[in-house]
Amino acid sequence: MSMGSDMYRQQILDHYRNPRNHGELDDPTFSHEGFNPSCGDELEFDVELADDGETVENVAFHGDGCAISQASASLLSQELPGMTLDEIDDLDRDDVLDLLGVEVTPMRIKCAVLAEKVVQDGADIYRGEKELEATSTEDDE
Amino acid sequence: MGTQEQSPLDVEALRADFPILEREVADGVPLVYFDNAATTQTPTRVVDAITEYYYEYNSNVHRGIHQLSQEASIAYEEAHDRIAEFVGASGEREEIVFTKNTTEAFNLVAYAWGLNELGEGDTVVLTEMEHHASLVTWQQIAKKTGATVEYVPITEDGTLDMNAAGDLIDDDTAMVSVVHASNVLGTVNPVSELADMAHEQDALIFVDGAQAVPNRPVDVEAIDADFYAFSGHKMAGPTGIGALYGKRHLLEAMDPYLYGGEMIKKVTYDDATWNDLPWKFEAGTPSISEGIAFAEAADYVDDVGLERINAHEEYVTAYAYDELSKLDGVEIYGPPKDERGGLVAFNVEGIHAHDLSSILNDYGVAVRAGDHCTQPLHDTLGVPASIRASFYLYNTREEVDTLIEGVEGAIDIFH
Ligand SMILES: Cc1ncc(COP(=O)(O)O)c(C=O)c1O
Repeated sequence: MSMGSDMYRQQILDHYRNPRNHGELDDPTFSHEGFNPSCGDELEFDVELADDGETVENVAFHGDGCAISQASASLLSQELPGMTLDEIDDLDRDDVLDLLGVEVTPMRIKCAVLAEKVVQDGADIYRGEKELEATSTEDDE
Repeated sequence: MGTQEQSPLDVEALRADFPILEREVADGVPLVYFDNAATTQTPTRVVDAITEYYYEYNSNVHRGIHQLSQEASIAYEEAHDRIAEFVGASGEREEIVFTKNTTEAFNLVAYAWGLNELGEGDTVVLTEMEHHASLVTWQQIAKKTGATVEYVPITEDGTLDMNAAGDLIDDDTAMVSVVHASNVLGTVNPVSELADMAHEQDALIFVDGAQAVPNRPVDVEAIDADFYAFSGHKMAGPTGIGALYGKRHLLEAMDPYLYGGEMIKKVTYDDATWNDLPWKFEAGTPSISEGIAFAEAADYVDDVGLERINAHEEYVTAYAYDELSKLDGVEIYGPPKDERGGLVAFNVEGIHAHDLSSILNDYGVAVRAGDHCTQPLHDTLGVPASIRASFYLYNTREEVDTLIEGVEGAIDIFH
C-alpha cells in the first residue's frame, strides 16, 4: 500500500522549494504551456535548440501548482539539455516517474506527467506535427 | 445562529445507521468522511428501500395495469408528494419534478423557460459564489438568447454585497439565480430578501438549495422561491435523483424540455399534447428506485430532525474552525464560524491543496481538494484550489482532531 506522504521525500520537496531552471529564456526556439484542469496545475516551458535544430541547448520553465507537478518539471528540466527532439518524443511516463523516484498514487499521476506532456507537445508543434493551443492532461487516455 | 456547546444528536447511535462508516481506508486507518458537501453517505433504510423495490415490485411506472406496476407507480408518485411536503410545497406532486440532480434542474429551467423568455436587454443576476451548475448554465443560455449575466459581488468576509444586489436587480432583470448555502464559503444567503427584491422588479428567483436542504428546514413558500433545486445524494439519499420545485403556474406555462414517452397525453403522426404536471417534465422511464429512496431519505433526515442536524453541524464546524485557526499559515475562506453552514474551505501556506489532500488520505481523512465546481469564485479568492472539509450528522469532533493531526503532519513535511 503506497502512502500519500511517501511521495514527499526530500528530493521532491527540494525541487518544489528550489526549482532548477526556473524562469524564462530570452530567445527560446519554442515555448509551450499546459494545464491540469482538475488540479489547476500550470506549466510553461521555454526551449532553445542548438544550431543543428534538434538538440536541446537550454530550457527554463515556470508555473504554479502542487509539489508533484512542479518538482517533476524541475527534475525533467535537468535532463533535457543534450537530448534531441526524437529522444524527447520517446520519453514515457515511467521515465518521469523514475526521475521522481517515489511511488505516485493513482490520482496524482496527471500531476507527475504534465511537464513531460508539455515538452513533448511543444516539440511536436514546433516540428509541425501537431496543432494545439495548450496541453491539457484531460485530453489523454 | 449560535455556536453550540453540545451536540443535540446521539451521534454514536446514528453512526450505526451507516455501515460504510465502519470501514478502514488502510490497515488500522479508519475512514473519516469529510466530503459530505460532494455526497453524503447512505443509511441502511434508504439502501433497503432500493433493495425492496428491486426484490419485490420492480416494474415500469404509469404503464402497466398489473400489480407490480401499480405498486411501483404509487410509490414513485407518492415520493413526489413526500418531497413536496419536505420542502413546504403545498402544490404537492404537481410542483415537484424529479430530475437526475440539481444540475439537471437548472438545465430544465434554463431550456424550458430561459430559451423562450430571455432576450436582448434582459439580465440574469447571479452571485460570484454560484456553483458551475447554475453559472455555466445561465452563461450559456444567455449567449444563446442575447441576455446578459451579472454577478452580485461578495464582500471581504464572503457574504453577498446586498447593496450591489439592490443595484443589479432592476427593471431589466428577468431572473435572479442564487445559491442558498455556498458549497465553498459556507455562506448562507438571505434568499427570501433576494426573492422580494426580484419580485419587486417582476423577475423570477431560482434558489440552488443543494447545500441547504440536507441540513436545515427549508420552506420554499416562506422563501417565496419561484424555482428551487436540490439533489438526493447530498441528503442521505441515492445518486441519480434530485428535485426541481417550481410554482405551479410557472411549470404549467413552460414547454417540456425533454420529449418522448411518459410525458405525453395524446400523440398523432403530426402532433402531441403534454401530460399533466409533473410528468410533462419527466420523459422516458425515470429513476424509479432512486425516487422512492429519495423520499425515504427525506423521512430519515426528518426523523433525525433538521433543526438538530443543523445545530450538530454548527457544533462540529465551530470546532473545526477554531482548531484550524490555531495552526500557522491556515487561511479559511468565508464568514466567521457562527454565521456559516457545515463546512470549512481553507488553504495552508506553502502547501498545494492536492498535496495536502494526498497526505490527509494517509490519516483516513476524505476531503475535497480543488475548485469545487466554482472556478470563478476561486479566481476571486485568488487561489487555484482549496481544501474543503464538509460535515454531516454522523461526524464528530474527534474526527476533526484527526483532520488537524493530518494538517499538522503535512506542515511538518513541507516546512
Ligand atoms: C451549491 C451546489 N449547487 C449545485 C451542485 C450540483 O449538484 P449535482 O452535482 O448533484 O447536480 C452542488 C454540488 O456539487 C452544489 O454544491
